[in-house]
Amino acid sequence: MRLRLSEDDAAFREEMREFFTTQVPSEIRESFAQGREHSKDDIVAAQRILNAAGIAVPAWPAEWGGRDWSPLRRHIWLEEMRFANVPPPLSFNASMIGPVIAAFGSQELKERFLPATANLDIWWSQGFSEPDAGSDLASLRTTAVRDGDEYVVNGQKTWTTLGQHGDWIFTLVRTDPQAPKRQMGISLLLVDMTSPGVTVRPIELIDGSFEVNEVWFDQVRVPVENLVGEEGQGWTYAKFLLGNERVGVAPVASIKRALADAKRIAATGGPGGSSLLDDPLVAARIAELENRLLALELTALRVVANSDEGKPHPASSVLKLNGTETQQAVTELLVDLAGPAALALGDGDGAQGLPHWAAHASPRYLNMRKASIYGGSNEIQRTIIAGTILGL
Amino acid sequence: MDFELDSEQTALREAVRDLLNDAYASTEARRAVQADDPGFGEKTWLQLAEMGVLGLPFAEDVGGMEAGPVEVGLVAEELGRVIAPEPFVEAVVLAGGLVDAVGTADQRTALLGGLSDGSTLLGFAHTEPGSRWSPSAESVRAERRGDGWALTGVKTPVVAGARADVLVVSARTDAGTELFLVTGEDADRASFRTTDGGRAATVTFEGTAARVLGEAGVDRTDAIAQAVARAQIAACREAVGAMERALWLTVDYLKTRKQFGVTLSTFQALKFRAADMYVQLELARSTALWATLLLDAGGDALDAASRASVQVAEAARHIGQEAVQLHGGIAMTAEYSAGHYLARLLVLTHALGDRTHHLSRLASNLEGHRWVDPLAYGSATA
Ligand SMILES: Cc1cc2nc3c(=O)[nH]c(=O)nc-3n(C[C@H](O)[C@H](O)[C@H](O)COP(=O)(O)OP(=O)(O)OC[C@H]3O[C@@H](n4cnc5c(N)ncnc54)[C@H](O)[C@@H]3O)c2cc1C
Repeated sequence: MRLRLSEDDAAFREEMREFFTTQVPSEIRESFAQGREHSKDDIVAAQRILNAAGIAVPAWPAEWGGRDWSPLRRHIWLEEMRFANVPPPLSFNASMIGPVIAAFGSQELKERFLPATANLDIWWSQGFSEPDAGSDLASLRTTAVRDGDEYVVNGQKTWTTLGQHGDWIFTLVRTDPQAPKRQMGISLLLVDMTSPGVTVRPIELIDGSFEVNEVWFDQVRVPVENLVGEEGQGWTYAKFLLGNERVGVAPVASIKRALADAKRIAATGGPGGSSLLDDPLVAARIAELENRLLALELTALRVVANSDEGKPHPASSVLKLNGTETQQAVTELLVDLAGPAALALGDGDGAQGLPHWAAHASPRYLNMRKASIYGGSNEIQRTIIAGTILGL
Repeated sequence: MDFELDSEQTALREAVRDLLNDAYASTEARRAVQADDPGFGEKTWLQLAEMGVLGLPFAEDVGGMEAGPVEVGLVAEELGRVIAPEPFVEAVVLAGGLVDAVGTADQRTALLGGLSDGSTLLGFAHTEPGSRWSPSAESVRAERRGDGWALTGVKTPVVAGARADVLVVSARTDAGTELFLVTGEDADRASFRTTDGGRAATVTFEGTAARVLGEAGVDRTDAIAQAVARAQIAACREAVGAMERALWLTVDYLKTRKQFGVTLSTFQALKFRAADMYVQLELARSTALWATLLLDAGGDALDAASRASVQVAEAARHIGQEAVQLHGGIAMTAEYSAGHYLARLLVLTHALGDRTHHLSRLASNLEGHRWVDPLAYGSATA
């Protein structure tokens, strides 16, 4: 047992810190530090800088740009990036479809897509969920019917995050409605979003933002070579994709920054610049959150420090559940620190007189409720813990 | 960074686990031991001594094993698992730790040798009626008498105080708070049963003869705070062991108990509550392990103890109470162990400072750091 990083890992941490704080333009990092979401251009620019340095997709196989890093190093890489306010590589590309194509795609698919995916020349969208297939994803109804060298796709996907930027969408479709088990009739298809018959319609969220979309497929013709792996194996690939990444499940460094900001704000956020930390209830709440975050970070470190590749550390299952709850708790803290300014939904129009952080506290709070819904809701996480760890 | 035991540590854990599993194979066995004074197993205590466990943290030249917080922590966790009543944390980590930190060479040799071989049980008499985890003595006073000292005042509760051969007593002097050694028999000791079935004593000093621990005239408030923090971290590990067993006891019960014609494990409301217990357990375990490693690395023991205690105490309440609730009525009986886990967890998270106490400390020191970096070597909050 040893707390300290090995000398090599400590040097690696320094190297990453140096890279992110000197090689990624400060405009990109500062705009995020000031509470704005990363723009598409920032995300693309950052990923290309990382890719040029060979550190955009470290978890991929080496021949496609991966690095043979330990889980601990991948954790350090990601946490240092988040800490420096660098937008992480687009998860749809780097953590989802890239590893699936690398593991199950044909050589042709790999050559066609992996370099462009790593470099974010293609912006991928994830087309899994449907209006009637959420947690119960296997009930999906979008169909793909073989017609010569093409599939004809019909149906509707929804919740497609940043689909408005999407060039391509990886989508789960039903290729065999007669399959004995519904999971067996599902395939994974790559669809060019400029194909005729694809319609993307934005959905406004409760914070007024537009980050998710409905995607409609109406007689969309997709060449059969865009099938990933084998027909009918889509469910297996989807499970691989969703369970693939155990590193970085809980965005500890981002939460840490947000909480440190909240504490700094609280120190002068009271009437006349007084400190809200003088209120013992506020101070206790922040102390509690710092400690919860410490426990979360340590659990993440335990998982990456002692993870056999292939065999998940049992404690990894708590990271999504507790990570999202902690992340949400910090947005709750900020909305409460904002006081009456929490009535503002951003600092546009007449709300310009309010401090930026206070005016943005409510939309961020509302937006962050999503974290415990997507990526396997927290109820699904509890089901997994009860089932796979406790055997209930 | 590495959170796993090495092979020697694993061997130690297995040996301690085997010994304790034999001694406390059943709830009845533990209750039988606790029924009679001194409330723990004298035989088990001697077996732990033979194994070297009672001398773990002390230097070899005073009869110890020269092991560190990691070994101490893993032993505590094993004790917690079977809620063994032996006062390892109080006698070895706390009272022994103080003798080790403050005592003269002769005192260390005499007392730590006896502690390690099981012949001398040490107790720490520090808490006073109405005091709440202060590191200094308030009402118990020490005055010079001839070559030695005389103590006056009351200490309570003193864990294993009636059985202790030698008491380490904190008392006020002109220098502040100093530490003294009192032969157990010389004090007036009234024993009582504690919440967890153990024993504590109210110890009354009426001009009782005492020797100063270490050099006279030095305020020992910091030394006490440090030793208490180290003991608190060991107690956190003991609580983690207890919580782990309480969780699995509950899970096993859910799988076997039938109501409405099915096992309780078919009810999702109960599965989710068990899952939440697991989450709490792992978060607490991570923090307690980290505090142990921070001690090992020479970090800030007080901060680490408070951080571990806040997390562990929250988990202990949650897991202890849920273990009882999910068992239903059976857990209310003294015959069944679920309630014993709750009671033991209560004691472990109160004896040296409860959650509110530690959270207040953290809350009053928020502005000393921007954020908490667990990897910052030497200090939790650099
Ligand atoms: C902002 C946002 C972005 C998203 N981005 C994408 C994306 O890019 N691509 C994509 O494919 N999908 C995306 N999703 C969809 C997301 O994966 C689903 O919302 C999620 O799977 C939950 O499905 P649902 O919303 O239909 O809720 P439902 O499954 O209908 O669940 C409703 C409630 O019931 C609970 N529940 C469901 N089943 C159980 C059960 N068995 N036991 C106990 N409780 C249960 C849920 O936890 C939830 O609380 C996104 C969602 C959001 C909100």
